[in-house]
Amino acid sequence: MSAYCELFNLTKIYPSPKGPAVIVKDFNLRLTEGEFVTLIGHSGCGKSTVLSMVAGLNGITDGGIILAGRELAGPGPDRGVVFQSPSLLPWLTAFENVMLGINQVFFTAPKHEREQIAEYYLSVVGLADAMHKRPAELSQGMRQRVGIARAFALKPKMLLLDEPFGMLDSLTRYELQAVLLDLWRKNRISALMVTHDVDEALYLSDRVVCMTDGPEAEVGDIVEVKFPRPRDRKAVMEHPDYYPLRERLIEFLEVHAHRRRPKAGAA
Amino acid sequence: MSNPIVPSSLTASAAESGTKAALNLNSAGQKPYGGPDWSRFAKVDWLLLPLLGVVVVIVLWFALSATLSKDLPNPTRTWEASKSYVLEPFAYRGELDQGILRFTWLSLVLVAKGYVIALLVGTPLGFVLGLSKTMTKALDPIIQVLRPVSPLAWLPLGMVLFLGAGKQASELAALFTIAVCAMWPTVLNTAVGVRAIPTDYLNVAKVLKLSRWKTLTKVMIPATLPYMFAGFRLSLGIAWLVIVAAEMLTGRPGVGGFLWQQYNALVYEQIILCILTIGVVGFILDRLMSVVERRFKTA
Repeated sequence: MSAYCELFNLTKIYPSPKGPAVIVKDFNLRLTEGEFVTLIGHSGCGKSTVLSMVAGLNGITDGGIILAGRELAGPGPDRGVVFQSPSLLPWLTAFENVMLGINQVFFTAPKHEREQIAEYYLSVVGLADAMHKRPAELSQGMRQRVGIARAFALKPKMLLLDEPFGMLDSLTRYELQAVLLDLWRKNRISALMVTHDVDEALYLSDRVVCMTDGPEAEVGDIVEVKFPRPRDRKAVMEHPDYYPLRERLIEFLEVHAHRRRPKAGAA
Repeated sequence: MSNPIVPSSLTASAAESGTKAALNLNSAGQKPYGGPDWSRFAKVDWLLLPLLGVVVVIVLWFALSATLSKDLPNPTRTWEASKSYVLEPFAYRGELDQGILRFTWLSLVLVAKGYVIALLVGTPLGFVLGLSKTMTKALDPIIQVLRPVSPLAWLPLGMVLFLGAGKQASELAALFTIAVCAMWPTVLNTAVGVRAIPTDYLNVAKVLKLSRWKTLTKVMIPATLPYMFAGFRLSLGIAWLVIVAAEMLTGRPGVGGFLWQQYNALVYEQIILCILTIGVVGFILDRLMSVVERRFKTA
């Protein structure tokens, strides 16, 4: 199993008046192509820091990230990012927000083709009728749909999702998880998602990576999730493995995440 | 109509004064109390009360000109003397004897020129200050010192600067003064707006790897527009304030120049006409800018 994306010894240290603050230390993770991996951990444990280092929005102190055989340096549209807040530009319509990225990536394609890409992805996320509205006229859930369409429309090598549904009510969250899963299944893009919702992690991912609490956060436990795909929420929840896995994740978050491990030791 | 929580005293009094109560009920329609209809009063409010204010001021003006300040022309005299300027607003009887709207137009043209210069210089300067901490540190003290300087102080400097321009000197000096005085709100607001661009928007630009130019035009400028327009509006107000001073000192034809000339010629009747004109034009400009500003608020 060759790694498509590899995070090796990823470390983030912020200088602070009390000396260097180590947020993430020696974080190692390998993703195969088309794999959906979720990072879970307590708020502030550094999982978002890991994600934003992969996105290139946060500098890497030590270690590195290799994506499709190349070491990453800085941000780029080869990674589609879905932010926690939809981060749409409010003066552009949903369509124009998606086009902004498309024009950047597919600048060689003729205009009507680029427009078709935007229309296609906006329709797939269910915004066929609302694509020419501004973000202010859209509900929070619809805005995040635009965010998802924008990320997928760039045909990225990797998808990075930073608690994408954290701000939504649970009903909307379920809808959008299904939308995401559907798009992901059709495009088979490797995905790295950050969440603190255990059910979301189990429903979406192939593997769930539990992070220990910061400072010096690292990989605590990795849980394989082998529910058959395509997944149906009801089937997943009725699967005999569901509750044992859920228990395992919750127990990790409640007990092990807090336990500081010796520096050299393994759990 | 029947409301169970009507206080008995009110219903009783309404019933007592027969016609009054009937009137109230008719006009008020849904009003359960039969009391005064406040929505109708509200309209009268913004029509009658301002009129009342005007009347009071005119009465005071009459009183003042009759008692304390005998040289001040009273309202009737002012109107008599100003009539020709108002009723023939575009008349041209000489360089410094023109209809009031003609003068206003001359002033507006000068203001527009100076204002455009202020925006062209101020907006980029604001962007530079907003983007660079170094520039802010370097320039902020200078700006804070120059900002409170009165147009009356800038004008002589402008005259000296453009002394070599001959006939054009007074216009260039006026433009210089307007631009220098009106620029600051635009500079400062733009800088604040640039600093206030949400990180989210900048992250979008970074993730998409937009070029510097595209980041500026597609993200930063649109995000800053509401702040910029707030600055533009303040700047326009100042530019209009400055014009009067500039015209007074340079003797250029315009509302301010006319005012000063009439004063020097000991003709006091048109001074108040000029003041009113300046005020009304300033008010209209501010309204217009606020309409434009609101259009960008939603962005």
